[in-house]
Amino acid sequence: MRTLVLLLSFFAATATAGENRIFLKERPGKNQVVAQCAVCHSLDYITQHATFLDRAGWEKTVGKMINSMGAPINDADKRIIIDYLAQNYGH
Amino acid sequence: MVDRRHFIKQSAGSLAALGGLALLQRSGLAAAADTTALSGKESLVNLTDRPPNYETPVNYFDAPFTPNKHFFVRYHHAVIPEINASEWRLRIGGDALNSPLEFTLEQLRNDFEQVEIAALCLCSGNRRGLFEPPAPGLQWGSGAMGNALWRGVRLKDVLARAGIDKSALEVSLAGADSGVLPTTPNFVKSLPLAKALDENTLIAFEMNGEALPHWNGFPARLIVPGWTATFWLKHLTALNVIAKPFDGFWMKTAYRIPKDRFPSGQFSSQETETAMPITEIVVNSLITNLEDGQSLPKAKTIDIKGVAWDGGNGIARVDISIDGGVNWQQATLKQDYGRFSWRQWHFAFAPKQPGSYRIMARATSASGATQPLEAISNPSGYHHNAVQKMTIHLA
Repeated sequence: MRTLVLLLSFFAATATAGENRIFLKERPGKNQVVAQCAVCHSLDYITQHATFLDRAGWEKTVGKMINSMGAPINDADKRIIIDYLAQNYGH
Repeated sequence: MVDRRHFIKQSAGSLAALGGLALLQRSGLAAAADTTALSGKESLVNLTDRPPNYETPVNYFDAPFTPNKHFFVRYHHAVIPEINASEWRLRIGGDALNSPLEFTLEQLRNDFEQVEIAALCLCSGNRRGLFEPPAPGLQWGSGAMGNALWRGVRLKDVLARAGIDKSALEVSLAGADSGVLPTTPNFVKSLPLAKALDENTLIAFEMNGEALPHWNGFPARLIVPGWTATFWLKHLTALNVIAKPFDGFWMKTAYRIPKDRFPSGQFSSQETETAMPITEIVVNSLITNLEDGQSLPKAKTIDIKGVAWDGGNGIARVDISIDGGVNWQQATLKQDYGRFSWRQWHFAFAPKQPGSYRIMARATSASGATQPLEAISNPSGYHHNAVQKMTIHLA
């Protein structure tokens, strides 16, 4: 819980006003994507890659965020996020 | 793929801004392709909000130096502290240094000889968005670069004050910006000792005669002329002279290129059998006053303008083709601001008749290196220096 509060306060501190204009598709999994990905970066990173990342590309990218960038995403959420990205923002 | 190209072509004519905006269009962010303001910045093209990544519209490159307010912004991490200059300190340490030291900004300014150098700051991934097939990463157009006059002190003078041990191999570089999570690897880079001690490598605190803008590294950043901007650490906080190769993520994994496709990297302590860090800027050029698909009234002469650059040999010539590469004619080079600056050029194109013309620009460096017709593919989409090709219509 303490970690969560800390994360949310970081998010609030670093999010910019312009980000409010970025909307992801309202499909199952969106909540997990926003909750996990937007901790560290705005969601335009997702839309910018949508034209060319396929499922394998999204798997690699999400894996990089967990393994190299230290995103604390559990296996269940990881699968939900990859499915959402591949289905809604996959090439 | 067909859709992307078709869309860009269709949009190009109606777009005032250049590559970056078209790239946002193709990524489905057309509605979001405003030029969201960062404080002190104007008219930049927004790629991402957080961390902030913004490129310069190409028409601002039609000048010897890129104004600070139009200079591109590139960050890996979202936590970017506003630094109070009077509280800022630069720590010099490491296991291959005799006496660790700490400097205030005033001490750096007053205790060492100040020098000013014109140098191109070029993102390693500039033009990544032009790679075909696409390479993952920020989809930059041609605007992740800028030429500026940088004023500061030589890194070698500062390191000499602290005494470099004979075991020194690299100098690691750290800045004040960081990731949101403590588990995210900080953006720490390293330089080989020889490049750190190069007389052109500076700790800079001024850019084009003004204090560094916050978004370009206030109060001090590293200037590594001739090398891509991944080494130009912003908001510099610590330099460590070390005896072993620095093994952080941003050296061992990121910003690397295949050895067999590019010239030697001059960074042997970071090379493996197959890969090396991206280091020296490759020869390149850009047309700054025309865009692909543009229609113009036929005139007696059309002045084609642009810039050309390389990693520090200097530009020997720029050749222009108006017939898709069949014939080439030499452009006129403008003032030389030094071998690390880009070089402006222009070419008086005298079209004999209306119609479509395939325009190409190709730079050659003083070492004889020239641009390839197609970009050299590599996994992360670096070093895009293909000869630029555009079609203009004269009516």
